Amino acid sequence: MQKKFEINILFGGQAGDGIRQLGTLWAKLLAKRGLYVFLYDDYPSLIRGGHNFSIVRAANYPVETHKDQVDLIVALDLETINRHHHHLSEKGFILSEGKTSQGFSLPWSKTVKEAGVPRIMKNTVALGSLAKFCGISFEELSQVVKKLPQAEKNLEMAQKGYNLIPQTISLPSLPEEKRFLFYGNEAIALGAVAAGLKFYIAYPMTPASSILHYLAARRETFGVNVIHPENEIAAVLAALGSAYTGSPAMVGTSGGGFALMVEALSLSAQAEIPITFVECQRPGPSTGVPTYTMQGDLEFVLHAGHGEFPRVVLAPGDAFQAFYLTALALSLAWRYQIPTFILSDKHLSESLFCQNLPEKIPQISYKKWHKKDEYQRYSFEEDGISPLAFPGDKRAVVKATSYEHDPFGITTEEAEMIARMQAKRLKKENLLLQETEKLLETKGPERVPALVCWGSSKGAVQEVCKALGLRFIQPLVLRPFPKRALEKALAPASKVIVCETNATGQLAKLLKYHDLEVDEVILRYDGRPFTTDSLKKKVEPLI
Amino acid sequence: MSLEGKTPLSTYAPNTWCPGCGNFGLLSAVKQVLLHLKEDNKLHQVVLVSGIGCHAKIVDYLAVNSFYSIHGRVLPVAWGIKMANPSLIVIGHAGDGDAYGEGISHLIFAAKRNTDLTFLVHNNRVYGLTTGQFTPTSPKKFKGRSTPFGSPEEPLNPIEIMLASKATFVARSYVGRPKHLAYIIKEAIKHPGFAFIDVLQPCYTFFNTYNFYNQYVREIPPSHPRENLEAALELARRWDYGEKAQEIPIGIFYQIKRPTFEEEALIKKHPSFDLKAYVAQNHS
Repeated sequence: MQKKFEINILFGGQAGDGIRQLGTLWAKLLAKRGLYVFLYDDYPSLIRGGHNFSIVRAANYPVETHKDQVDLIVALDLETINRHHHHLSEKGFILSEGKTSQGFSLPWSKTVKEAGVPRIMKNTVALGSLAKFCGISFEELSQVVKKLPQAEKNLEMAQKGYNLIPQTISLPSLPEEKRFLFYGNEAIALGAVAAGLKFYIAYPMTPASSILHYLAARRETFGVNVIHPENEIAAVLAALGSAYTGSPAMVGTSGGGFALMVEALSLSAQAEIPITFVECQRPGPSTGVPTYTMQGDLEFVLHAGHGEFPRVVLAPGDAFQAFYLTALALSLAWRYQIPTFILSDKHLSESLFCQNLPEKIPQISYKKWHKKDEYQRYSFEEDGISPLAFPGDKRAVVKATSYEHDPFGITTEEAEMIARMQAKRLKKENLLLQETEKLLETKGPERVPALVCWGSSKGAVQEVCKALGLRFIQPLVLRPFPKRALEKALAPASKVIVCETNATGQLAKLLKYHDLEVDEVILRYDGRPFTTDSLKKKVEPLI
Repeated sequence: MSLEGKTPLSTYAPNTWCPGCGNFGLLSAVKQVLLHLKEDNKLHQVVLVSGIGCHAKIVDYLAVNSFYSIHGRVLPVAWGIKMANPSLIVIGHAGDGDAYGEGISHLIFAAKRNTDLTFLVHNNRVYGLTTGQFTPTSPKKFKGRSTPFGSPEEPLNPIEIMLASKATFVARSYVGRPKHLAYIIKEAIKHPGFAFIDVLQPCYTFFNTYNFYNQYVREIPPSHPRENLEAALELARRWDYGEKAQEIPIGIFYQIKRPTFEEEALIKKHPSFDLKAYVAQNHS
């Protein structure tokens, strides 16, 4: 077995310096070497100036989270060094334009100025220097750089940066396996496309907007219409209109935007129209902290909407899960004619993962009307699921409605009918539970303390479990609540510790509500995700 | 049991509008238009979308496809239906509370994007089903249950708003002129783009305006230049939806051709998508 290797690099600069692009290119470069990579992106809510940084962790074993301590800082401005030098490991290096005792001072701006190319290409020069520093051949580097727009100029800048510095360290390479690079939101978008999405309708809101951007740019390739309407209310209602005609639709937003969609969530339930919501959380309440992360909307999404109705809430923790669960969310929405949710957050949505894709992808399918007898949109069936027909069908009159209704979709106020229809809709929840209960990730030894997490905390929690020999438990579905599966998973654990990035321990409360024991809760609610090193320090005294 | 009622296009749902309700006139005009569509073998392509209020019950009374949506949200639902299946004939029904209060942003945007719909506002200038409060088109000083000392607000003029919002078909009609109303609805359905009709419709119980409309309503003469925005605005300003009037023009104020949203914005081809090849190409 190869010796464990990892390298953590922080790239910093001002907004507009192309920091995230620099980090992404570096991640691509190392992924091509067969290494596993993870990118964390940290930026304030502004367009120019401010301070941005990305941390790229690369290793010869799977990594799904970053560390606070880094081995190398690539500083495109001096602010980066001031802010982050204390995160640099003892033997670490700094590549920057300033004087430093711990690395190299490199004239990147001068290089760009002399060549007369746009200022932003400084990031390509820096990438060239970093590649040489790490002993990566120029041939390897150019494979990545030549895919950029203005490839020739970028290659020239990469070469100039490459020549500024001697090779100082060397990186291993692994035989390349089939792994790909996805931002969480790209995985969500692709999962939806793969399942059969036809309309994505969204109003911009960080950190969900990159789903909108990614799909809009590729709509012809994907065969998906991408629409940006006047507000979130129009987005969700247009999506319901689309689904009523048989055309699968998804909407995406953050907590504030979802608040505006809640009225239509209840409509989807009453009218039994399939729809998938992507809720990318950020710290609230209200505008909160737009570009940072928090798992603060679990209770909101579990309970949103007036009236009682079944729903599915899925919480992926990495790109692979995001892809699979989004496809599943669409599939379940259509098979059960219910609203389904993907609960993401900034940390999942805007981090870069290096993973492969699932072999089997859930597809949209639904119970079709057999064209016998007169069509009843809300016919009573054994499983509560009425067959679907769509307007335009010569034999069917399709009446969808927000009112309580009879099987034809005509308004009713009759006591017996009201009760039967309520029961018809709620009946689906039991069937759903049977199908979704297995959505639980568990790893590691059983009779030890267990760390329980959900969503984007997965990466850090999983790694801490591995390092400390603990049990890892991650429910992927939070409604219908997988009580029996969790009971079974938690039973052998000597202690149950719930880890989540919110202030009140929403998963812990949910477990307790379902009579599952929780011994300790580790919370972080400063807008930052758990990192392996910080979380480990919090777990150690508790075990 | 069958959905169909005793008369053509009707359902078994008992009608619960008040005796004398203006909605009856509107229902009969819509029926007339739908019967023509049936003759043309197009009825199965029709989808009615309604909001919430007395107007909205119309979808329960017609045995055609319908989406009984929520208050103020008729237009985004109708838009979603039309985008997803442009071969459907989508007719939105809304009350004045729906269209000009709760959902006015959607109205302005539907006009702006010229989505190919027909939109009928059952404008009785009062909230009926919630038992008599002032609406965006009630006259100033209107005494409703929420404004017992008179509404302090000026009414909106929806015709002016639609003209300013780039609607391509702007009309007004009156339930007291059933032939006129049916004609306008037919023209609106024929119009490729967003066709807006403000239908004056008395509420017999809470705001009986029959006499007022009968006295002042005048059909727009055929000589009116429909493509002329200035002329349309001049006509629109002859009545401000206030308590008094000298003349209330009904007919088509404005009509022009402009590409529809569906023509402009939807993707043209639906290629088969090879996920594995795409990911290998773009995500490694």
